[in-house]
Amino acid sequence: MNFTLFVTALLTGIAFVAVVTLLAKLIAPRSFNAQKEEAYECGVPTRGKSWMQFRVGYYLFAILFLMFDVETMFLFPWAVVMRTLGPAGLVSVLFFLFILVLGLAYAWRKGALKWQ
Amino acid sequence: MFDFQIVSTWLHGVLTGVMPEWAAILTESVLVALLIITLYAVFAIVLIYMERKICAFFQCRLGPMRVGKWGLLQVFSDVFKMLTKEIIEMRQSDRLLHNMAPFLVVAASMTTFACLPWNMGGHIIDFNVGVFFFLAIGSIGVVGILLAGWSSNNKYSLIGAMRSGAQIISYELSIGMVMLTMICLTGTMSFSEICQQQADYGWNILRGHVPAVLAFIIYLIAGNAECNRGPFDLPESESELTAGYHTEYSGMHFGYYYLAEYLNLFICAGMASTIFLGGWAPIYFPGLEGFNDVMAMIPGCVWFLGKTFFVVFLLMWERWTFPRLRIDQILSLEWKYLLPFTMVLLVVMALCVSLGLTF
Repeated sequence: MNFTLFVTALLTGIAFVAVVTLLAKLIAPRSFNAQKEEAYECGVPTRGKSWMQFRVGYYLFAILFLMFDVETMFLFPWAVVMRTLGPAGLVSVLFFLFILVLGLAYAWRKGALKWQ
Repeated sequence: MFDFQIVSTWLHGVLTGVMPEWAAILTESVLVALLIITLYAVFAIVLIYMERKICAFFQCRLGPMRVGKWGLLQVFSDVFKMLTKEIIEMRQSDRLLHNMAPFLVVAASMTTFACLPWNMGGHIIDFNVGVFFFLAIGSIGVVGILLAGWSSNNKYSLIGAMRSGAQIISYELSIGMVMLTMICLTGTMSFSEICQQQADYGWNILRGHVPAVLAFIIYLIAGNAECNRGPFDLPESESELTAGYHTEYSGMHFGYYYLAEYLNLFICAGMASTIFLGGWAPIYFPGLEGFNDVMAMIPGCVWFLGKTFFVVFLLMWERWTFPRLRIDQILSLEWKYLLPFTMVLLVVMALCVSLGLTF
């Protein structure tokens, strides 16, 4: 039943956007004007394409994020059964976290966390 | 406490009595879909009105006052205005991605919206990996935002989307770690079980005392960043980027982002109220039988909505109090302060739970 409801909620979102967009297209007025279809960058004519290279800093943070997000993913099952695992589980997770902190410290030391 | 499961079981019984199994499930799904859309629209309207009024009071203004009594009809007229505005197709944009982005944003926020436990037995989606599922589906929204910025072919949109992406994924780590901290305490990821536990033993924020309160504060900071609000609203900072990633969206297309932003605020607050403040669980003090009985008579959905709107108020307070940060400040706040701190918090909570220091 849960999966049915999950699909229902997902389809509800998609159907909502589709129906409301259709409705808006039906009742909204339309006018055609070459100026209107330009990109809006504060009225100044836009130069070139915007699909271009951008700062590498965002990419660095995305890579770091991947590492830590996968780590949280591994920690979730441990957190659920933490009480039954007892001290042994706790010690191994502490070791796991220690390695991750080392990784963060390395990235920090290398200057990956600095925005320049 | 009234168990909403009775109503859904009764409805299922009635429907299977008059039609085959598959038709009954189909009817129920349609009913659930209508319910989700209604609640979604109602809460969006309530929250937009609330935000405008609260922001006005923080700035010693009156806010909307002209349309209807105390400006009550302002939001309705805004919605109507958005519906009747033309959806402009850009000449140089990537049409497919440009039109697809709102679908992703709204579908992600509606699915997470359906995860909230409204009442005892009154949840829509209740997986046993609920919290994990919630985080996973919530992350789809950022794909929509990135697509919106990229497909617009506008430099401001691109910068706004990149900032938003970097910010949301960074603060998602803190949110995940904070939720992990609370899961250590509850030992389950299902929202209904988390609430049931809190109804039996008291709210998590009281059970987990110091680490839980610190986790709640971090959640409030990271939650505002997740919703692109407050001091972290630089993806759409209007003074430098016109409107950030939704600069090129007009009419109802812009309306979806507006809707999803407010609903994400509600979802964020609802999650805080579920995980920290007990969800639908009434307040409970061991020993005070009479008081507990009176509190248990208040329906669960009233408790849930009361707590959620309390957290919404806290988030709005935060938004209208602090000045906007710069991108480097935002990222260093997360990576150099909040992330190490949440890791320590996780270890502290794990130690507290293992040593039996929680209530």
